[in-house]
Amino acid sequence: MSTVYELLGGAKAMDAAVDLFYRKVLADERINHFFEDVDMERQAAKQKAFLTMVFGGPNNYTGMDMRKGHAHLVKRGLNDSHFNAVAEHLAGTLKDLGVAAPLIEQVIQTAESVRADVLNR
Amino acid sequence: MSRVRYEAQWYSLEPEESVLDGLLRQGVPVPHSCKAGVCQSCLMRAAAGAVPEKAQAGLKETLKARNYFLACSCWPEPGAELEVAGGGDELRVPARLESLERLSGGVLRVRLRPQAAFEYRAGQYLTLLRADGLARSYSVASLPREGALELHVRLLPGGAMSGWLSTEARPGDEVRIQGPAGDCFYLPGRPEQPLLLAGAGTGLSPLYGIARDALEQGHTGPIWLFHGAREPRGLYLVEELRALAERHGNFHYRPSVLEGRLGEGVHVGSLDALIRDECPKPVGWRAFLCGNPELVLSLRKKLFLAGLSMKDIHADAFLPSASGPGGAGATPRAPDASR
Ligand SMILES: Cc1cc2nc3c(=O)[nH]c(=O)nc-3n(C[C@H](O)[C@H](O)[C@H](O)COP(=O)(O)OP(=O)(O)OC[C@H]3O[C@@H](n4cnc5c(N)ncnc54)[C@H](O)[C@@H]3O)c2cc1C
Ligand code: HEM
Ligand code: FES
Repeated sequence: MSTVYELLGGAKAMDAAVDLFYRKVLADERINHFFEDVDMERQAAKQKAFLTMVFGGPNNYTGMDMRKGHAHLVKRGLNDSHFNAVAEHLAGTLKDLGVAAPLIEQVIQTAESVRADVLNR
Repeated sequence: MSRVRYEAQWYSLEPEESVLDGLLRQGVPVPHSCKAGVCQSCLMRAAAGAVPEKAQAGLKETLKARNYFLACSCWPEPGAELEVAGGGDELRVPARLESLERLSGGVLRVRLRPQAAFEYRAGQYLTLLRADGLARSYSVASLPREGALELHVRLLPGGAMSGWLSTEARPGDEVRIQGPAGDCFYLPGRPEQPLLLAGAGTGLSPLYGIARDALEQGHTGPIWLFHGAREPRGLYLVEELRALAERHGNFHYRPSVLEGRLGEGVHVGSLDALIRDECPKPVGWRAFLCGNPELVLSLRKKLFLAGLSMKDIHADAFLPSASGPGGAGATPRAPDASR
């Protein structure tokens, strides 16, 4: 089965997805404090890595990387409610891009599979 | 511990110390300004040793391929040795100051003439180097066809470069320039796409170039230019920009001040509120934001949230020079330069 990443058109399509996703995240009072970075480009590059990963694109992140990468956020209070908000925007982004519901479900499951690592549990 | 070889001598670096800071700490005069990987005045070329990827961020591919790197953003791996072939001297072009005139109480227009080929696009920035190596970045307000390069320099109390330019420098003096850099320039190809140009103070400099460049290249879509200042006397080139707007129906000039009286076509209030009123739905537009770093970053975020795509927002934050071991440039700093 092809991944959402391939379905959307691979690396080229990621910029549009990042724009949509990052805009939702920045506008969301519940979680935007985690993403306030003066360097928006660097932050966007990280969002791109995130989306590429959950869309099933090429990446070399391990569960350990996810633990390390979010440990400083867990210290700042990152919890399930924030994770749920991100998952919500993930689904919303895919919906905006016209992705069918079963595939959205697949992406959300990929995200769920790293919940414990992201939250350092 | 890592080591750097510079001008036939080895220098050791403390842990977490950049090549630039290490050299400055040990008394080696190296041109620099922002210490943030932006101005490129600390450019060097490696002769041997691994250059970390981060030290080449933002450099042109041709420079990367020749092992150029930014000393302020270069942290060699512990134990590594890096040999520097030379500073950016071979990339610097001599230029002569042609004229220095006030555009307003606080802004100096500096015209200089390169003594060798210097290719750039209107809106990019360059590094200006004084004979002693003091280096600062300035955006270019002129168009390439105009021959002389035009810079708009804000006069800062105690400013090393701006102070020198406003009191001691004379037409005919020799300086050097390096660059250009930056992606704030007009690209033809979508003549109908609306453009939003915004900046405060001398942030107008690159925007003045970009707006005229776009008009000369036959841009047909609307071009909005928002120029902010604290007070009315902080605005400059007002008559020139009004005349430009008279000649081009698609060019809209909106000067704005934070404090002052209403009237005379100048908006009073915040720049971002004015932009929101005039351009409520900028989806699909291209934006150029220049000048004060806080303003640039906050406008960038607001415009992104308002629907502009990240790749359509070009921003040059005029980062101030950073102090550190050795001072602001290759010369001692002014006593009040304490940040
Ligand atoms: C990409 C880029 C483009 C730039 N383009 C322009 C341009 O077109 N026109 C222009 O005028 N400048 C521009 N700058 C800023 C410029 O490079 C210098 O930082 C500035 O001219 C001050 O240099 P100076 O030697 O006169 O003052 P310095 O000796 O460096 O500083 C004097 C004192 O003023 C303080 N100071 C410095 N900057 C500011 C500030 N912005 N606000 C308040 N206090 C400050 C310093 O901390 C210090 O105390 C640009 C910077 C960058 C990075
Ligand atoms: C769905 C599960 C998640 C995955 C798969 C994921 C994945 C990633 C990846 C791949 C990166 C880039 C790391 C790097 O290259 O530096 C990253 C960074 C980041 N993530 Fe997540 N993430 C998830 C959930 C979250 C949540 C719930 C939040 C906060 C609400 C969050 C906030 C961040 C932030 C702020 C960064 C940047 C960190 C920094 O600037 O150092 N992530 N994430
Ligand atoms: S880029 Fe190194 S000092 Fe500015």
